[in-house]
Amino acid sequence: MAVTIDDHIGQKQHNLISWLTSRQTFWVFLAVIAACVFLSFATDSFATTNNLFNVTRNFTFVAVIALGMTIVIITGGIDLSVGSVLCLCSMILAVTMHAGYSIEIGIAAALGTALLVGAVNGVLIAYVGMPPFVVTLGMLSIARSLAMVASNNTVVFQFGPDHDKLLALGGGAFFFGIANPVLYMIALTLIVGFVLRWTRFGRHVYAIGGNEQAAVLSGVPVKRIKVAVYMISSLFAGIAGVIETGWLGAVTTNLGTGMELQVIAATVIGGANLAGGVGTAFGALIGAALIEIIRNSLGLLGINAFWQGAFIGSFIIVAVLFDRIKNMRQTN
Amino acid sequence: MPVLELNNISKHFGAIHALNDVSLTLEPGEVVGLMGDNGAGKSTLVKIIAGNFRPTHGSIRMEGHDLVMHRPIDARQHGIEIVHQDLALCDNLTAAANVFLGREMRKGVGPFRILDYGAMYKRAGELFKELKSETRPRDLVKQMSGGQRQAVAIARTRLSDAKIVLMDEPTAAISVRQVAEVLNLIRHLRDQGIAVVLISHRMPDVFTVADRVVVLRRGRKVADRAIALSSPEEVTGLITGAIEQVA
Repeated sequence: MAVTIDDHIGQKQHNLISWLTSRQTFWVFLAVIAACVFLSFATDSFATTNNLFNVTRNFTFVAVIALGMTIVIITGGIDLSVGSVLCLCSMILAVTMHAGYSIEIGIAAALGTALLVGAVNGVLIAYVGMPPFVVTLGMLSIARSLAMVASNNTVVFQFGPDHDKLLALGGGAFFFGIANPVLYMIALTLIVGFVLRWTRFGRHVYAIGGNEQAAVLSGVPVKRIKVAVYMISSLFAGIAGVIETGWLGAVTTNLGTGMELQVIAATVIGGANLAGGVGTAFGALIGAALIEIIRNSLGLLGINAFWQGAFIGSFIIVAVLFDRIKNMRQTN
Repeated sequence: MPVLELNNISKHFGAIHALNDVSLTLEPGEVVGLMGDNGAGKSTLVKIIAGNFRPTHGSIRMEGHDLVMHRPIDARQHGIEIVHQDLALCDNLTAAANVFLGREMRKGVGPFRILDYGAMYKRAGELFKELKSETRPRDLVKQMSGGQRQAVAIARTRLSDAKIVLMDEPTAAISVRQVAEVLNLIRHLRDQGIAVVLISHRMPDVFTVADRVVVLRRGRKVADRAIALSSPEEVTGLITGAIEQVA
C-alpha cells in the first residue's frame, strides 16, 4: 500500500510533448512560424532584412504593453487606460525635453507620471473596490485629456538639447542591426517571465486570479499586489511611450488611440484568460508578433488593407475557441 | 493540560447576542464535533477561535497562557489552523503551490531569492504521504476530486506546527467515498496529537470520528458530551430544542 502511494505521489503526469501541446501559446507560436515560412516562399519581400527589421520593430510597442497587461489580466483585472497612458507619457517626455531639460529628467518625469497613474488606478480598484473596467475606462479619458492639456494639443517634434540622444534611444540599432526597441522588448519579456515564474510576487499574482478570496485567507497581501500590478501595467505603457517617441521623432495627442484593444487582443491570442489565473510573458510576445505578421503579410500579399480587422478579429476568436474545445474535452 | 480553554465567552453584535457565556476546553489529540442549527452561533465561535472576532466578554487561554488575537494571522502564529468550508484553494495552481500559498519556500541570498520548486514539491509529497492521500504535488487542483482537494487544504495545516485545526463543514459537498477519505485525514491529525474541531451538519460523520460532541442553540452551549454517552437522537433533540439541555 505504502509503495503504491509513494509511486502515485512521485509520478509525473506530463512529459514535455503533452505539456507543450496543451499550451495555447505553443500553437500560436507554430502559427507564427508557419506564417513566416509561407510568406518567405510566397513573397519576395517578406524575408528581407529591411522587412524583418520593420516587422520586429513594429510589434514591440504593443508587445511591451502586453507584458504589463498580461500581469493585470492574470489577476483577473483589465487596464483600458494603457493607450492613453502611452500618449500622456510620450507627451510629458516631449514637453519636458522641449523645455530644455535633459533626457534623464524627461524620462524620469514620464515614467513617474506612469507610476502615478497606475497607483491611482490600483488604489481605486484594490482599496476602494471599484471595478477595474470602470476605473481604467475613466483613466483612458483622463490621461488622453491631460496629454492635450500638457501640449495644448500641438505636435511636439523638437526635444531640446538631448534631441539626438532620444532619437538614438528609440530609433537606433546598436546591437547586430537589431532595432533598439526589440532589444528592450526582449529584456522586459525575460524580466517579466522570470518574475512570474520564480518570485513570490509572481506566484501571488496567479493566486489572486485563481481565487482572490483564497489568497486573502492564506495571508497573501492582495490589495498591495493589485496596486503594484496596475502600476507595472502603467509603467510598461510609459516605457513603450518613451521608446515610441524616440522612434517616431514626434508626438501627437492621438498617439496610442485604440491601442488598448490591440494589446488586449495580443494577450488573449497569447493565451491569457480574461477570467484570470492564466497567462505568460512569452505568450504576450507571441500574440503581439502574430498580429503584426498578419498585418504585414496582408500588405505584402496585396490584400486590401480593409481586411486587416477581419483577419485579426478572427484570430482572436479562433485562439479562444481552441482553449474552449480543449476545456470541453477535459470536462467530458 | 488543555490546549485551548474558552472561558465564559460572549459575543454581542449590538443588540444581538450571538454567543452567551460559552465555555469549552480542547485536549490535545481530541476530536470535538461542534453542532447546531443555522444561526446557533457555530460560525461566530469558530471566528473567535480563528482570530476574526474578539469576544465581547470572556477569555481565551492556550496551554495555560492568556491569548489575545487581533487578526487571523495571529491565530496561525499560535498554531491554530483553519480549513475553510470552500477550502480556499486556487484551481489554477498545483497542489504544492496551494499548500505553500502565502508561505512559499525560497532559496537564494538577501533580496535575490527565488521560489524553491524542488523543496516545495518534495515537502508537499511528504505531507500527502503522511495523510495517506493519493495526491500528486504537481497536479493542478482543478483536476482533483473532492477528497484530494480536502487533502490539499489539510496538508496546509501541517506546514506549521499546528496544535488546533478547525474544520468547517469538510464533508458538506463531496461524495460518500470521499467522506470516508476525509474522516481518515481527521484521524491522522488526531493521532499526531492535534486537537480537531469538526463543524458539521452531518450526524454520522460526527458520530464516526469525534470523541466529544458540543451542541450550540441560540448562542448557548446546551450539551458537551462524550460521544459514547450520547446518541444521534439526543443530539437532534438538542439542536432543535426538543431536549432543553443535558449536563
